[in-house]
Amino acid sequence: MASLRVNVAGLVMENPTILGSGIIGETGESLLSAYKAGAGAVVTKSIGLEARKGYSNPTLVELPFGYLNAMGLPNPGIESFGEEVLLAVRGGATVIGSVFASEAEVFAQLSSKMEAFGVSAVELNLSCPHASGYGMELGVDPGVVREIVLAVKKSVTIPVFVKLTPNTHRIIEIAQAVQAAGGDSIVAINTVKAMAISIEAGRPILSNIFGGLSGPAVKPIGVRCVYEMYDVVDIPIIGAGGIETWQDALEYIMAGAVAVQIGSGIGRRGLNIFKEVNFGLERYLKSRGIESLGELVGTAHA
Amino acid sequence: MHKLAFLRIKETVVEGKGFKTLRFMFNRKVRPGQFVMVWIPGVDEIPMSLSYLGRIKGITIREVGESTKILGSLKVGDSMAIRGPFGRGFERLSGKTLLVCGGAGAAAVLPIAEEMDNRERVDIAIGARTKDELIFEERSKMYSDNVRTSTDDGSEGCEGTVVDLAKHMMKERKYDFLQACGPESMLSSLLKVGKEHGVSGQFSLERFMRCGVGICGSCVINGKRVCTDGPVFWGEELESMSDFGRSKRDESGQKIGL
Repeated sequence: MASLRVNVAGLVMENPTILGSGIIGETGESLLSAYKAGAGAVVTKSIGLEARKGYSNPTLVELPFGYLNAMGLPNPGIESFGEEVLLAVRGGATVIGSVFASEAEVFAQLSSKMEAFGVSAVELNLSCPHASGYGMELGVDPGVVREIVLAVKKSVTIPVFVKLTPNTHRIIEIAQAVQAAGGDSIVAINTVKAMAISIEAGRPILSNIFGGLSGPAVKPIGVRCVYEMYDVVDIPIIGAGGIETWQDALEYIMAGAVAVQIGSGIGRRGLNIFKEVNFGLERYLKSRGIESLGELVGTAHA
Repeated sequence: MHKLAFLRIKETVVEGKGFKTLRFMFNRKVRPGQFVMVWIPGVDEIPMSLSYLGRIKGITIREVGESTKILGSLKVGDSMAIRGPFGRGFERLSGKTLLVCGGAGAAAVLPIAEEMDNRERVDIAIGARTKDELIFEERSKMYSDNVRTSTDDGSEGCEGTVVDLAKHMMKERKYDFLQACGPESMLSSLLKVGKEHGVSGQFSLERFMRCGVGICGSCVINGKRVCTDGPVFWGEELESMSDFGRSKRDESGQKIGL
């Protein structure tokens, strides 16, 4: 019997597909809809201390091989978000709470609130490429990453996942910093900092000028990051970036990921994507006589 | 993928007080009720229903904010940028249908009458606050033998809401379906009145939107994405939504009253 069940640092999921942060995860009911559509777990939108409206439109550009977005971290603030988490958890979903802040103490405070709301793990957004003072601006400095992870680890008992940016040449040092500080898992990658100019209008399309590129265009970057990190850390890695099919997921798994996150694929393929990826992986395991997906993790490494 | 398209405006028409239609060539297949995202460089990008679906398509704007005022000032020969079409539009139904339009909602509904092109099968109720704000009355008469109007102040047609008018029309004849667009409070009352008369229908909703492609979650109502699962929903779907007719999400995702 082929099993898709995975255990990421103590978080057990029936399958390896996770709804990525920032994708329909702003309300409890939409988190639940992704879970019911077949996701093994769902990550919330990144939540901060206070309500934030985000940037004005355009916040998304559709490109042939992906999306470019700069939403600007819109979120209702941690206090109002409790009821959303509760709704998803009560509905049976395994919820991972994503948080963002500009300093370690606030990350710790937000994570502790998320734990109280009932999430199964927290994910630290150290990788949003387009919000000044947040995300990637912190996540490219191994010292800062270490400090944040240490502070969060002290404030919660649930697993701490750290979502990293590919927009750095120091990805190995940063992955090592996460591990050294006691981080339980690394999620890689967030979007790639990018922009698009309308030649007709003669100006950048996104209101924020810069945004993050996602979708099939970034998959080879994500696979490379996971592969590099797998060689230097022992903690589990969750792969993300451009996964739309079971073959994409398997590529990340062979690179070293134990699970995968899906985001843009929902827009391009629909919510059925979770079931399709899982079905394909299961069929692959059966056809090869492999009992568990875990046997394939990192097998592309010599 | 919906490539951002720059289109030259071929015609502009003043439809009523504060309403203007922009016509342009847009060579894509669109269902009645589907929408496009219109980019106003340097200002915003906003969802707009297409009000004309033939070879020369159109949007009908109500000049209420900065974006719509800029769009309203565009002239023949100017260009505008749109992407789409998005969402689930109105279905092509077979049966006697009452189209109900509240204010600017007429823009999303009129293409249904054009598509049906069967004067006997479609009746149309158009409501507005006052006479000057009634739109598409003449256009409706091209596709239906029974076009009625209502105004809140009684300056034209029946005095009262378009829901009152629709109720009256449902008493007069038996309809198989309602198809409607307008303020959500109107749609919510209409859904109830329709039910009382045993008429089910489709209703087009409006929400704050960002991506248009079903990923950002800004426009969700009870877990359904208005941009992708809607904007047109069946009454039966709306009845199970606790937010319908009551609340929506602001730009930060906080729940607020309609």
